[in-house]
Amino acid sequence: MDATVVRTGTEGKSWGGGNEPLKASYGKMMMWFFIVSDALTFSGFLAAYGFSRFKFIDSWPIADEVFNHFPFLHGVDAPMYYVALMTFILIFSSVTMVLAVDAGHQMKKGKVIFYMFLTIIGGLIFLGSQAWEWKNFITGTYGAVSTKGGNILQFVDNEGHRVALADVAQVMPTERVPHTRESGIWFEEGAALPTYTIEEIKAGFAANENILVRTQALTEEGEKTILSRQESLKKLDAEAVGVIEGANLTQNEYGPPLFADFFFFITGFHGFHVFSGVLINIIIFFNVVIGTYERRGSYEMVEKVGLYWHFVDLVWVFVFTFFYLV
Amino acid sequence: MAHETAHHHESNTKRIWIVFAILSVLTIVEVILGIVKPGFLVHTDLFSMKLLNWIFIILTIFKAYYIAWAFMHLEGEKKGLRRAIVWTGVFLISYLIFILLTEGDYVYEVFKSNHVAWDF
Repeated sequence: MDATVVRTGTEGKSWGGGNEPLKASYGKMMMWFFIVSDALTFSGFLAAYGFSRFKFIDSWPIADEVFNHFPFLHGVDAPMYYVALMTFILIFSSVTMVLAVDAGHQMKKGKVIFYMFLTIIGGLIFLGSQAWEWKNFITGTYGAVSTKGGNILQFVDNEGHRVALADVAQVMPTERVPHTRESGIWFEEGAALPTYTIEEIKAGFAANENILVRTQALTEEGEKTILSRQESLKKLDAEAVGVIEGANLTQNEYGPPLFADFFFFITGFHGFHVFSGVLINIIIFFNVVIGTYERRGSYEMVEKVGLYWHFVDLVWVFVFTFFYLV
Repeated sequence: MAHETAHHHESNTKRIWIVFAILSVLTIVEVILGIVKPGFLVHTDLFSMKLLNWIFIILTIFKAYYIAWAFMHLEGEKKGLRRAIVWTGVFLISYLIFILLTEGDYVYEVFKSNHVAWDF
């Protein structure tokens, strides 16, 4: 008859494989198999994040300070609003998905099309939001100084507000030029130079009495430790070796490089799930439009892809909690 | 029963919107708590974790429950299938979390109390 309803000729025979003790079709069962194993994969990632966080329990970055951007609000400290918005978008696209499944049960093709369309749009908006979030994370805001021990030092003013590298640095004539392909023997380029050299930062810091150094260590209050002016000068002079702007896999202006690695890996893996979910949704959407399931007499495919989509939402609920809240 | 043939289905739309409202309220509560960070919740510890974090985790599990039961329709599945899905996950994940967090805490203690300087 069609691809998903397989007749084996053993219907009703208990031991012939023709009955469904769990009253779920083969396809739905396999989707659940996949979801359970994928849930364990995500748990592995999040538990590994937990491991690293417990390892650096007294110096982990504070998520509110890292993710505090909101579109069109430049320089405004808006912790969590943006992720909360993303969470809503994803939950709402889950709602439209379940409405599509519900309409499918009643064989209402038009409604299924409408709700699946909304779901796809929601997924695309979420993906775009995530790209923006990544862009902010990678570009960075204030910049930091790296130490010999692989830690970072950040700058604050007397009131404890963060100060960007640009406001610390004293621009000095510098001899150093980027190593380009033309100037080397083997036509290799060096890494891009940071905007400021560590000497410029040190000189600027020494000249400005109002700036203090903030270390990664967390106080009893759960805030980052701010050193006194004397300690700041000493620490910067003795330990600072490099300048960090933004975040990548090897260095990170927000804290331990591991934090950025987990951010890229976990939200990236989740984003990849959303992306494939959107693709599968689009395929099923067109199948609905051309009437495949109407002819088949069952919209179970919509239900199966719906299961996957809800699972992606479910994972985000946990990522939201463990990356942004806890 | 969702898995029987599609023809005798009454609409669950009302329930879907109620669940959406519940999920929204839980998320809003989480965000407000995360921004305000009430002092007594931050400074009270329960089983060596902040009370606030416990609240976040419990609310998250509530949300997960509603998504799995209402949206993924586990409430309509056979008990056997439901348990196979839920308990497999719950037991394996609890074990994973227990072992990794214990180990992470141990590494932290080693870093803190041995003779090698990690911040220099």
